[in-house]
Amino acid sequence: MNLSILVPLLVSVITAATPLLLAATGELVVERAGVLNLGVEGMMLVGAICAFAAMFITGSPILAMLAGAAAGAVLSALFGVLVLTLASNQVATGLALTLFGLGLSALMGANFVGHPIVPLAKLAIPGLSSLPVIGPLLFSHDALVYLSVLMTGAVGWFLNHTRGGLILRGVGESDTSAHSIGHDVIRIRYYAVLFGGAMAGLGGAYLSLAYTPMWVEGMTAGRGWIALALVVFAAWRPWRVLAGAYLFGGVTVLQLYAQGSGFVLVPTQFLTMLPYLATIVVLTLMSSGSVRSRLAAPACLGKPFRPVS
Amino acid sequence: MTILIPRRTFLVGSATAAAAMTVGQEARAAGPVKAAWVYVGPVGDFGWSYQHDLGRKAVEAALGDKVKTSFVEKVAEGPDSERVIRQLAGVNDIVFTTSFGFMNPTERVAKQFPKVKFEQATGYKTGANFAEYNARFYQGRTVAGTLAGLLSKKGVAGYVGSVPIPEVVMGINAFTIAARKINPNFQTKVIWVNAWFDPGKEADAAKSLIDQGADFINQHTDSPAVVQTAEARGVMAVGEASNMQNFGPKAQVTSNMDDWGPYYIERIKAVIDGTWKSQSVWLGMKEGAVAMAPYGPAVTPEAAAAADKVKAAIIAGTLDPFAGPIKNQKGELKVAAGQTIADADLQKMDWYVEGVQA
Repeated sequence: MNLSILVPLLVSVITAATPLLLAATGELVVERAGVLNLGVEGMMLVGAICAFAAMFITGSPILAMLAGAAAGAVLSALFGVLVLTLASNQVATGLALTLFGLGLSALMGANFVGHPIVPLAKLAIPGLSSLPVIGPLLFSHDALVYLSVLMTGAVGWFLNHTRGGLILRGVGESDTSAHSIGHDVIRIRYYAVLFGGAMAGLGGAYLSLAYTPMWVEGMTAGRGWIALALVVFAAWRPWRVLAGAYLFGGVTVLQLYAQGSGFVLVPTQFLTMLPYLATIVVLTLMSSGSVRSRLAAPACLGKPFRPVS
Repeated sequence: MTILIPRRTFLVGSATAAAAMTVGQEARAAGPVKAAWVYVGPVGDFGWSYQHDLGRKAVEAALGDKVKTSFVEKVAEGPDSERVIRQLAGVNDIVFTTSFGFMNPTERVAKQFPKVKFEQATGYKTGANFAEYNARFYQGRTVAGTLAGLLSKKGVAGYVGSVPIPEVVMGINAFTIAARKINPNFQTKVIWVNAWFDPGKEADAAKSLIDQGADFINQHTDSPAVVQTAEARGVMAVGEASNMQNFGPKAQVTSNMDDWGPYYIERIKAVIDGTWKSQSVWLGMKEGAVAMAPYGPAVTPEAAAAADKVKAAIIAGTLDPFAGPIKNQKGELKVAAGQTIADADLQKMDWYVEGVQA
């Protein structure tokens, strides 16, 4: 395979990975704080339509991205009130959030179907973007691609090298201990949930602004679920989320290229189910004793917390 | 007038279904004919269900207060759809179910409501009060293939396929046969995305086809993503189901559009007149069910003339897109000269013609 195909192929992989990376990085923080939000798909959809509408009405990409993030955060705040303040079941509430987001985005988007917008601009970096091969590969993307990688780094640094990150992990590992030494568990979880919502919203915004600059109902087509699977696949580590997102994106795009070149070793249906298979494998490994200690999920994941004073 | 029925009211319970059943047995009262549609997708998909809903709106515009229409969207194929169809049967004179997977549920409900008319799209079963209708979308793909043969400089087209079923395979074949009549070396590269609807993946498939040398993209998927990608990459594309010109003002050469309006108007008129009869029809360009969007700027006058000629010949019945000789991928003769492929065999088509790379 020569460079003239390899470079666009890798650029397609980056495009395919970015929405997964944005949403999964957000969900990782939520889960590290001990909350399981299964509403990623719904938050992505609402983020996608709000970003699209803002772009369509104002023409400002910055406002559009902010609208996407804000919409995701608002929806996650609703989730927060239900599971954190009212201590409802996180799995059921998260599923309800996905269904709600699906319907809400369809309702909001009814008048935006069939209209194109200007895609998110590629940010050219003088000098670097014109380099052969690495120019188009690394330095000719839109803001959200750079942001997705930066945010992964920032989250990794925050979780592992800051006091705030330590507290957040503490809340996810043992809510009662964190509570007993004076941390406000509910408040910290609210922050995490809002961050997760904003990132899912951005992931959706990437779809409707850059990936396929349009609005159609249900356009995330299951990417929220893949993002959730990615967090498990990555064993709750930010850099592994990055690697996982590029791996999942890579498998998807690679199998399309393989079909186009008439070079198909395994049935395409098998490759389509690979991300889900990988997640099942990781979950199976995690349930075995020896691997468990190295891949362990946050101990309080999915458990409601009621502060007793 | 339109009555939007929220989905939930249909799922309330089977008790109401039993009550509704007795209503259905009564003869049609005077007043407007009540017609209902069941859609598999959202009306906002800008594709399949969107076009059926345009058909419903055409009925309203044409028949005014002689008809009262309603619809239920996003109905999953399977047991759930049977409940929806039964509820609609209780309060309507005619029910259109617009997806292949609604065939068996519709048949069962039709037996329980002998006075109500049922019509199901793209299936193959019929009954006394149960008709079937479909459209020969491959006719549009023959026109698109003619354009591809004339306009593609590289002689390589990309084809974004949804799910490998006969309906899609016959489209790929019709397209390739038509293009090879003009350019005998024409190649069609096929990529399956294994989904009816995933805009991102459809765009990725189009990108990889363009990267691998295709300068003309056709599709059998449901979103405008393919046309949009072609526009961004500066190649030609054919739209699907709707006119997608907005997404590819330069790229779209035409679009393979479904127009169900004329058929729906005719069938509801038949209910009003009391002349409705069960039937099984496969509509085409002649009946107006398959229509081509206006040609885009990339279409040269010669190509437009050639495409119009093919269109006219299909409508007149002088051109059969599947007339032999047709060879398969290995170069073996599958259809001899002077022969054609019967409708029943088209509906089971599971082989590619020469020139398809899949």
